[in-house]
Amino acid sequence: MGLTLISRRDPLASSQEQLRRLSAAKDCPPFEAKLATAGLQPLHAAGITVFQINVGKFCNQTCRHCHVDAGPERTEQMTRETAELCIRALSQTDIPTVDITGGAPELNPNFRWLVERARALGRQVIDRCNLTVLLLKPQAGLAEFLASNRVEMVASLPYFQSSQTDAQRGDGVFEKSILAMQMLNRLGYGVEGSGLSLNLVHNPVGAFLPAKQDAAEAQFRRELSRRHGVTFNHLYTITNMPISRFLEFLIESGNYEGYMERLANAFNPAAAAGVMCRYTLSVGWEGTLYDCDFNQMLDLPLANGTPRHIRDFDLAKLNGRRIVTANHCYGCTAGSGSSCGGAVT
Amino acid sequence: METYYHPHDLSKFAEMGKGNKELWEKFIGYYGAVFAEGALSEREKALIALGVAHAVQCPYCIDAYTQACLEKGSNVEEMTEAVHVACAIRGGSSLVHGVQMRNVVDKLSM
Repeated sequence: MGLTLISRRDPLASSQEQLRRLSAAKDCPPFEAKLATAGLQPLHAAGITVFQINVGKFCNQTCRHCHVDAGPERTEQMTRETAELCIRALSQTDIPTVDITGGAPELNPNFRWLVERARALGRQVIDRCNLTVLLLKPQAGLAEFLASNRVEMVASLPYFQSSQTDAQRGDGVFEKSILAMQMLNRLGYGVEGSGLSLNLVHNPVGAFLPAKQDAAEAQFRRELSRRHGVTFNHLYTITNMPISRFLEFLIESGNYEGYMERLANAFNPAAAAGVMCRYTLSVGWEGTLYDCDFNQMLDLPLANGTPRHIRDFDLAKLNGRRIVTANHCYGCTAGSGSSCGGAVT
Repeated sequence: METYYHPHDLSKFAEMGKGNKELWEKFIGYYGAVFAEGALSEREKALIALGVAHAVQCPYCIDAYTQACLEKGSNVEEMTEAVHVACAIRGGSSLVHGVQMRNVVDKLSM
C-alpha cells in the first residue's frame, strides 16, 4: 500500500502545484475558453438537489487514483459540531439527497449520527463506500445499520477482475470487495424488489476514458454474476480526474500531456451543460463550501459573493451561484460526461 | 531521432481530406458506420480492429485501437488473444502455402 502524497512530502500534495500543472498543460486550451465555445461560460448552478458532505480524509485504503489523497495516516475528520451545522442547513431546505463521502466516510465517528439525522429529515442518503470498510472488525454491524436506514450504497469497483482492481486499489482489495458485496446481497442490497440499492462505480485503471456506461454495466453484470454470484443495481462510469494521486500517476508514467489532450478533444457540450456541480453543494470536513468534491480537494472555494461556510448557509444565495472552474473540469465533460452519478449524457 | 513514423502524426489523419475532400468524407462516413454498434458490439469491433492492426503492422492503428479497446472495457487478456488470432492467421497463411511448395516438389521430383 503506497503512502499519501502529503506523508511523502510530494510537491503535488499542494493544491497550488496541482493547479499550476493543470494550467500549463500543452494542447489543452483553458477550460473556460472551451465552455465559451459551447455558450456556457460562465457556468452557473441551477439549484441544489444533492447536498454532498465530505466527512474527512481518513481511509483504510490508499488507492492510486484517489483525488482526495486519502489514507490511513490522514487525520482530518468532520466534528460533531460541523455535522450539526450540516443538518441544520439541510433542515432549512427540501434538498432531496444527502451524499456522504470521504475518505472512507464510515470511519468518521459521526457517520452514523449524520445518517440517522438526515434520514429523520426524510432525505435519501448515499454512502460512497470502498466496500472493504464493511469487513473491518471495529465496523461490525455497519452493513446492517446501512440497510436498516435504507441507505443507498455507491461502491467502488473499477473492474470485475482482481488484477486491475488490485492495481488501482491495493493488493487483496478485489477479493475483500467481492466478500463485502456478497454480504450486501444477503441483506437485500442489489436484489430486485428489496428497495435497497447497490450501485457500483467503475473508474478506468489507467490513463484512458471509461467505457460507455450501458455497455460496461452489462459486462460487469454478466461477469460478476457468472464468476461470483454477485448482483447490483447500476454501474456508474466515472472519469479519473487529473488531480492529486492520479495526477502523480499521469506525470510519472509520461501520460499527463496525452491524457489532458484526450480530455480536451473529447469535450462534450451536452455533458458540460449537465455537469453535477450545477446541482450539487459540496461541504468540506471543516464546513467550507465548494461547487464539487474536486474543487474541494484543489482548495477552490465558492465564487466571491456567496456564503463560504456551512454556518452561513443561504439557499437563495447558493442556488444560482457562478461555478468556479479550471482545467481539471475537462474530466467531467469528456465523452459521455462524468459525475458522482456516472455518465451525464 | 529521425524516423518515418511519428506518434503525433495520428492526430493529423484528417489532413488527408485536404487533397480530396469528397473522398475523405466518404471514407470517414463509411469508417464511422463500420465501427458503430451493430450486429457486433463496439467493443467486439475494436478487438477485431486491434487484431487486424497487428496483421497489417500499422503502428498508428495499434496505438489507436489499444486505447479504444481499453476504453470499451476490454482487458489485456482479451486483447492478447485478439493479437494471437492475427498471429495465427498470418502464420497459417504462410504455412498453408507450404502445400504449394509440396505440389512443386512433387511435380519436379522423381
